[in-house]
Amino acid sequence: MSLKVSNLTVHHGAIRAINDVSLEIPTGKLAALIGSNGAGKTTLLRALSGLNHPTHGAISWMDQSIIGIKAELLVRKGISHVSEGKSVVPELSVRENLELGAIWRRNKKESKESIETVVSIFPRLGERIEQRADTLSGGERQMLAIGRAIMSKPQLLLLDEPSLGLAPLVVEQIFQTIRDLTNSMNLTVLLVEQNAMGALKIADIGIVLNLGSVVISGEAKALIDDPAVRSAYLGY
Amino acid sequence: MQLINTILIGITAGSIYALMAISMVLVWRSTRVINFAQAGMALLSSYFGFEAVSKFGSFWIALPVAMIGGALVATLIEMILIRLLVKHSSTGPIAAVAPIIATLGLLGVIRATASMIWGGQDVRIIGPVSNDGFTVNGTTLVFSPLKLLILITVLVLMLILSIIFQKTNIGLALRASAYAPEIARLSGIKVDWVRTLGWALAGATGAVAGMFQTINGNGTLSPDSIDFSLLLVSGFIAAVIGGLDSLPGAVIGGLVLGLMISFVLMYISGGLFFIAPFVILLLVLFIRPQGVFGAKAARRA
Repeated sequence: MSLKVSNLTVHHGAIRAINDVSLEIPTGKLAALIGSNGAGKTTLLRALSGLNHPTHGAISWMDQSIIGIKAELLVRKGISHVSEGKSVVPELSVRENLELGAIWRRNKKESKESIETVVSIFPRLGERIEQRADTLSGGERQMLAIGRAIMSKPQLLLLDEPSLGLAPLVVEQIFQTIRDLTNSMNLTVLLVEQNAMGALKIADIGIVLNLGSVVISGEAKALIDDPAVRSAYLGY
Repeated sequence: MQLINTILIGITAGSIYALMAISMVLVWRSTRVINFAQAGMALLSSYFGFEAVSKFGSFWIALPVAMIGGALVATLIEMILIRLLVKHSSTGPIAAVAPIIATLGLLGVIRATASMIWGGQDVRIIGPVSNDGFTVNGTTLVFSPLKLLILITVLVLMLILSIIFQKTNIGLALRASAYAPEIARLSGIKVDWVRTLGWALAGATGAVAGMFQTINGNGTLSPDSIDFSLLLVSGFIAAVIGGLDSLPGAVIGGLVLGLMISFVLMYISGGLFFIAPFVILLLVLFIRPQGVFGAKAARRA
């Protein structure tokens, strides 16, 4: 019952973006995947959700290999991916964006209940429920993107830079919500972040990726105190 | 009286253009292809309709037959031709041009096939009611019971389409796949099939446009019918006016185009029949190439 990646290699055209990566996230834990621009964080996340195809290696989720399964089918196995840059459909209303997350379950009643759950987590979305998503602020869009993922009733949540372009205060809120959701819904979370400090503070596990390979991994608290991590990624 | 007459005729023709524009927008939104074969698909569907009229003697049976036929033809084209094309021409200038050339070629193939099956001569589809104009206070109008019926049917169809798009899960999947295919996939939507569905809907809508274009004209159908060439051009212009991405835009584009042509023919010269649509297209492309509705303003439905 965990996410397990073994010896994964992913090519991005001719470039080897992910090189022989192995990692494991136990159920119910929040892992922060940090690293500089171009380290391969997004590529790794997209391989996990079926958006791109690894050239080598294995991925297993709940003791089942998920390699080669398309993204639209992985949702049905409890994997929800919030892609980079506020992954909402701007032309659709807030309600429609949320409904989208539950659309594959084909159950309007369950979908309505899930919307209530999401609105109780993000009351702001409730106030704007009939508005188009492109009228929302950056923070609200990120809430909507996470809300859409929650609508799928995931067990594994993959988040790609939710803090991108948000004001510090909003970032703090979003991070706190991610932590709370992990506990209350017993989610397994892989959080990709440039904001290394913010991510490590809420995470159980920290993984540092550099040039496509895992360079350090361990308890998040230990990583914050690690002098090498501090100088390279935390900036002090 | 002539003014009202002109408006009513314009709206009727415009509603048919709007249907054609809707089918082009549906295809554009699902696969980013301008489908010039749409006229051929509508022609083929109308021939199916003709067969059904001859067999059952009822236009109201023929119309759904044409729609189902159109949807099937569109489904086959998408699954066989377009999927292959998209797979093999993913980058470079070829990717932009190949589908257009392919649909133009397909138009020729469909017309030749129709000509092989039904021969080169005209066949006739008889409308459900008379196309003789209404008589008001002793003057006979061009606006007829048939035109009224066409107008009502198109409005009902548009209402049904907008309910499908706005109120159902299938409509939500169609819109999400068009605007944000990746988010749609991450939400568990099988985008490939939704694309095929978009084509099928376009095929059915185009079939209705073809049937109505035929009975609204002189009622005859032939493989190289000029009526269908005009339908293609008008549908394309209406779609461009509407911004190519918007269904409400396509409807308004169709009506505006129909009205403009109707006024030109009535008040300037009936001889401009073949020129007016092209002049309007050029004007739109010069003045507002992104369409009257702009890129995003009307992308809602």
